[in-house]
Amino acid sequence: MDGNFLSKLLDSNDYLTQRDSADHPAVNCPIERWLECATELKDNHGFDLLVDATCIDWFNESPRFSAVYHLFSTTSHQYLRVVVAIPDDENPSVPSVTSLWAAADWHEREAYDMFGVRFENHPDLRRILMWDSYPWHPLRKEFPLAGHDTELPDEEVRKETGTPVIPAPMAGGPFAASKHAGIMSKNEPRGADESWSEEKEKPN
Amino acid sequence: MSHSDKEITYDSKVEGGVVTSRLDSIINWVRSNSIWPMPMGLACCGIELMAVGASRFDISRFGAEVMRFSPRQSDCMIVAGTVTYKMASAVRRIYDQMAEPKWVIAMGACASTGGMYRSYATMQGVDRILPVDVYVSGCPPRPEALLDALIKLQKKIGTERSAKQLVSA
Repeated sequence: MDGNFLSKLLDSNDYLTQRDSADHPAVNCPIERWLECATELKDNHGFDLLVDATCIDWFNESPRFSAVYHLFSTTSHQYLRVVVAIPDDENPSVPSVTSLWAAADWHEREAYDMFGVRFENHPDLRRILMWDSYPWHPLRKEFPLAGHDTELPDEEVRKETGTPVIPAPMAGGPFAASKHAGIMSKNEPRGADESWSEEKEKPN
Repeated sequence: MSHSDKEITYDSKVEGGVVTSRLDSIINWVRSNSIWPMPMGLACCGIELMAVGASRFDISRFGAEVMRFSPRQSDCMIVAGTVTYKMASAVRRIYDQMAEPKWVIAMGACASTGGMYRSYATMQGVDRILPVDVYVSGCPPRPEALLDALIKLQKKIGTERSAKQLVSA
């Protein structure tokens, strides 16, 4: 059933190309036809549910970013993945599909927050997880897991506590607790960190 | 009554109904046996915090059952869960709104040190923005551990120079 559906879809929309997939059918869609394609999928193929919308950062490749949409048809119980390559590496943007699927609203806000990909004509494109003044997009490949130095979002709290946002102590990795086996205080990653440990005072 | 028993003495030979004590120990005895917690439930530790308030563990045995969701009415903020940088400002603001005297219990690994969340989004220990009195280990801690922390906090309150602080305030 899957293969049949996919070949029909590819025949009727010649701008779509098949994409390798380990599970559900997947297609590539050029960015300039994406809204047209999305409307077609929703109206004529019954894809009435947007399961997920996110992005991929391919880092050293160009185009660097791809937008990924997972669609589901509640009538034919068919999944479809659509990948839209975004040609602009510096200021990536892609048309928003919130007008078709309301579920896209928060998914696109998350993708914008994490990858810095702008969604054109989104009704309310604000960050959804990090605070508004956060200067980075954390799921981009060049962003370290530990994070960068910056300031707390609230100015009053910032003044009162004098506490900045600092990179988390990684001590060789997020789960590297076995480095000093046996000694509890050193087992704890914060204790083993070089910049901030039991011996050295933590930065304030 | 706990630690302050020794401080408060009753001498029936002087006169019936007379108790002698130090002002500090009376104030501390009153404070430590009626701690109204501010349940700052931010993650799964909040579930254990609820268990502590429920019948099996029953935090009211220690006089701390009056969980207040208004910071104005609470004495002890129990930070139960992961403090993200985005949430940190709200936590600090709620703490600022609590009336003195006030205490803080950091419940669980996340509130104490950031726990397993070594990442850009998580504050590595709520002690970076709040003066924490008692840390509780565990992920999440057993309810008994929080009760133990509460008893430790009561003992700590028992050592405070409350009368002096009241005068200077």
